[in-house]
Amino acid sequence: MTTLQPVAEIEAPAEKQPVINNFSITVATVNGSGSQTSNITILRALFKMGIPVSGKNLFPSNIQGLPTWYTIRVSKDGYLARREEHEIVVAMNPASFLQDYNDVVPGGAFFYADDIKVPNNRQDISLYPMPVKQFVKESGAPSNLRDYIANMVYVGVLAQTLGIDLDKIYMALNFHFKGKVKPIDLNFGVVKAAYDWAVQNLTKTDPYRLEPMDATNGLIMADGNTAAALGSVYGGVHFVAWYPITPASSLAESLNEYLPMLRKDPEAPDKNTFAVVQAEDELAAIGMTVGAGWAGLRSMTSTSGPGLSLMTEYAGLAYYTEVPLVVWDVQRVGPSTGLPTRTAQGDLTFTYFMGHGDTQHIILLPGSVNECFTFGWQAFDIAERMQSPVFVLSDLDLGMNQWMAEPFAYPDKPMDRGKILWEEDLEKSDGVWARYRDVDGDGITYRTLPGNRHPRAAWFARGTGHDENARYSESDKVWHDMLERLKKKYNTARQYVPKPVIDTMDGARIGIIAFGSTDPAIKEARHILAEKGLPSAYLRMRAMPFTSEVGEFVSQYERIYVVEMNRDGQLHQLLTLEYPEQATHFISAAYTDGLPLTARRVVQAILATEEK
Amino acid sequence: MADQMTKTQVNLFGLSKADYRGNPSTLCQGCGHNSISSQIIAACYEMNILPENVVKFSGIGCSSKSPTYFLNRSFGFNGLHGRMPSLATGALFGDYTLHGIGVSGDGDSASIGMGQFKHVVRRNLNMVYIIENNGVYGLTKGQFSATAEKGLQLKSQGTNPYMPIDIAWEALVGNATFVGRSFAGDPRSALHSYAWGKEHEVALHELSFVPPAEDITVEYDEGEAKEVTLHDGSRIILKKLEHEYDPHDRTAAMRILEEANAKQWLITGLIYISPTKPNLVDLHNLSPTPLNRLPENRIRPAKDTIEQVNNLMF
Repeated sequence: MTTLQPVAEIEAPAEKQPVINNFSITVATVNGSGSQTSNITILRALFKMGIPVSGKNLFPSNIQGLPTWYTIRVSKDGYLARREEHEIVVAMNPASFLQDYNDVVPGGAFFYADDIKVPNNRQDISLYPMPVKQFVKESGAPSNLRDYIANMVYVGVLAQTLGIDLDKIYMALNFHFKGKVKPIDLNFGVVKAAYDWAVQNLTKTDPYRLEPMDATNGLIMADGNTAAALGSVYGGVHFVAWYPITPASSLAESLNEYLPMLRKDPEAPDKNTFAVVQAEDELAAIGMTVGAGWAGLRSMTSTSGPGLSLMTEYAGLAYYTEVPLVVWDVQRVGPSTGLPTRTAQGDLTFTYFMGHGDTQHIILLPGSVNECFTFGWQAFDIAERMQSPVFVLSDLDLGMNQWMAEPFAYPDKPMDRGKILWEEDLEKSDGVWARYRDVDGDGITYRTLPGNRHPRAAWFARGTGHDENARYSESDKVWHDMLERLKKKYNTARQYVPKPVIDTMDGARIGIIAFGSTDPAIKEARHILAEKGLPSAYLRMRAMPFTSEVGEFVSQYERIYVVEMNRDGQLHQLLTLEYPEQATHFISAAYTDGLPLTARRVVQAILATEEK
Repeated sequence: MADQMTKTQVNLFGLSKADYRGNPSTLCQGCGHNSISSQIIAACYEMNILPENVVKFSGIGCSSKSPTYFLNRSFGFNGLHGRMPSLATGALFGDYTLHGIGVSGDGDSASIGMGQFKHVVRRNLNMVYIIENNGVYGLTKGQFSATAEKGLQLKSQGTNPYMPIDIAWEALVGNATFVGRSFAGDPRSALHSYAWGKEHEVALHELSFVPPAEDITVEYDEGEAKEVTLHDGSRIILKKLEHEYDPHDRTAAMRILEEANAKQWLITGLIYISPTKPNLVDLHNLSPTPLNRLPENRIRPAKDTIEQVNNLMF
């Protein structure tokens, strides 16, 4: 980090000139001390003030005790990627206190619990001690709530010194505690008392201020895992099997929350049209998902990297037996346990080839909370149309953090249940059909489902060689032809998957290709680069296989930077495989350290080559 | 009734036994697995079970190949080694009116698949789980399985140093609602077990032993202990449960298995049954229409709900 030259994406504060709605707040606390309630309350209050805002929880793999940080960015211009600079730091954790103190930018503000001793070596920042212990004592709160009370102190002090509307804080607490008067009053009482204390006791010497805006009207705040669960509900999911894993657990837990609420069968309201099963491990989770998909259910599981590794054998079987199912992979840092609470985009090549023998999977790559919702229902349409597993690669940052989003939009298309033959279809054909015969020439064959009572409906699914009638076969020709048809089917998938999003600037000389949660950092980086005289074109991949738009894009630019959060440049590798004639034009700008990508990284990576 | 069916050659559904057959077996001639397949065909035919109402599942191994050799008119899925129970669990949610038959072996269930076996038992899936236990790995040519008795000698493997897993015991401990064991060479007993299993939709444990050339058959009475010499020269003692034995008593069932273990007997018969527990699909209180036949308007929430959802967000 120290080797990087700072990029001036945010103006340095001139003397006494206020900086309004354009800075970052970082709160350092102890994991498990209840600070999440305080932090999310600040985030939501800012959102309700109409200021574009993002919040990122940088937390350890630990239930209680290790340092944790929450970083909030306010941006009047709507740039919401994480930043590496901390203008406002709140230090509540003695263990990380010194680091937090040193991290404040010159001219910044340092709020701290006054029982921690501050080194007296920085004259360039504003210091604001907070009598946290005294507040806790005076609140009379029971011991189990004292940590929460302590963390509400900084909410009140920040509200006063930065200008957070107390009414909006009340709204945020009301939402968080679901209207329960007692905890709302207890917490808001502390916020108000701390606010009043700050009025009397603190003199503002830093330039950072918040002012209401009108930039979040009509928007909602949600996390990607909730959005994915809701999208799946609107996709008509019947069956969910899952095994707990950070950062994917809240996806399945949201399904457990929303399915009973939203899935009321108009014909049998007291009965369920869905089932959620917590499996004994990921092997069983995907096994159940494959079974349900084969039986004609809209079937899904959700996991992260280690679980995905365990799902490999069934993924290969489902590819080859042609079973539709949806697997959400909320990516985290790996391999192995890796950094289980940090974000990454490291599962792309693994997922693409997941299986043994020749396997290529369909992958969807949501880049926003809204796309988590949309891909939630579209994934089922694609899986059933293609009779294939569909993997959706989200990540911890997208899945677990709160993002501003458009309201969720009801599906704009009827469901596509794919090529299914029921009893009446078989009666029409006198029972003549073949499970794996390519009748339509698109590589997609017809299937029947268990429960179809026509005497010619049944077929036997198997991973071993099988002919067009799904009969056991070790014939060389049968095997070869089957694999070739699966390849043809994969090519057909190109017309069903979401197309990339392309944005071009006038005079663009370079291209950028990326996917997923790096989108805000790239948008900001492109703005910075354009100001430096380097306009760019940006293609955000939203699915594998590659569609024709990607081919057209890569042929247009001399240098194409492939930005992603992994070490080896996995998308870069896949682009090189797909477009070998363009291989020398692709430049990997891969970077991973477990934290959400910043615009500075992107700018640095591109300038490193462009300024040569 | 059997006489009547012999005359007409069809069952109550007007189906002949041929309607219950599968493809010709590719297993070794005289393999005990084949006799179990024949007994499944006979049981389904005689019990008037429509093949379209059955779904077959299996894992990997000789035993797991056998679902191809019975009930061609039933859907089937030959899954992964040791992972059949999860596959069946998901699939049986598709149409709750279907009955599952899972066929597995001692390698598939007691070694690689022990975890899924125990969990499917715990969940009480509506499936007859048949474990065709021959104590060895067949397809990979004769390695010890986890059910091989301690001290068993095999030419290529030496002496088995480990204690065996008793699958019937594991099922009982895991809260199975039906545990039975029979010897593949005792066709009447096997059929009887299957009938019980079918009725009560629970785990069943079959024993069969690979004979190189011809079937081993043995007939023995209730309460009788009978020694059987297998083709590799080893001997087992089969002990059929007494007529008076009450299979509803779980503690008694555990005791009898433990005593048999001390005497190196293999108990055959209906060891335990608890007919009243709801199965997995019942527990989920599913719609009367099978899930895989629900139209779009019953699985996609109505359009006006989206506003309600957005209001739930901050």
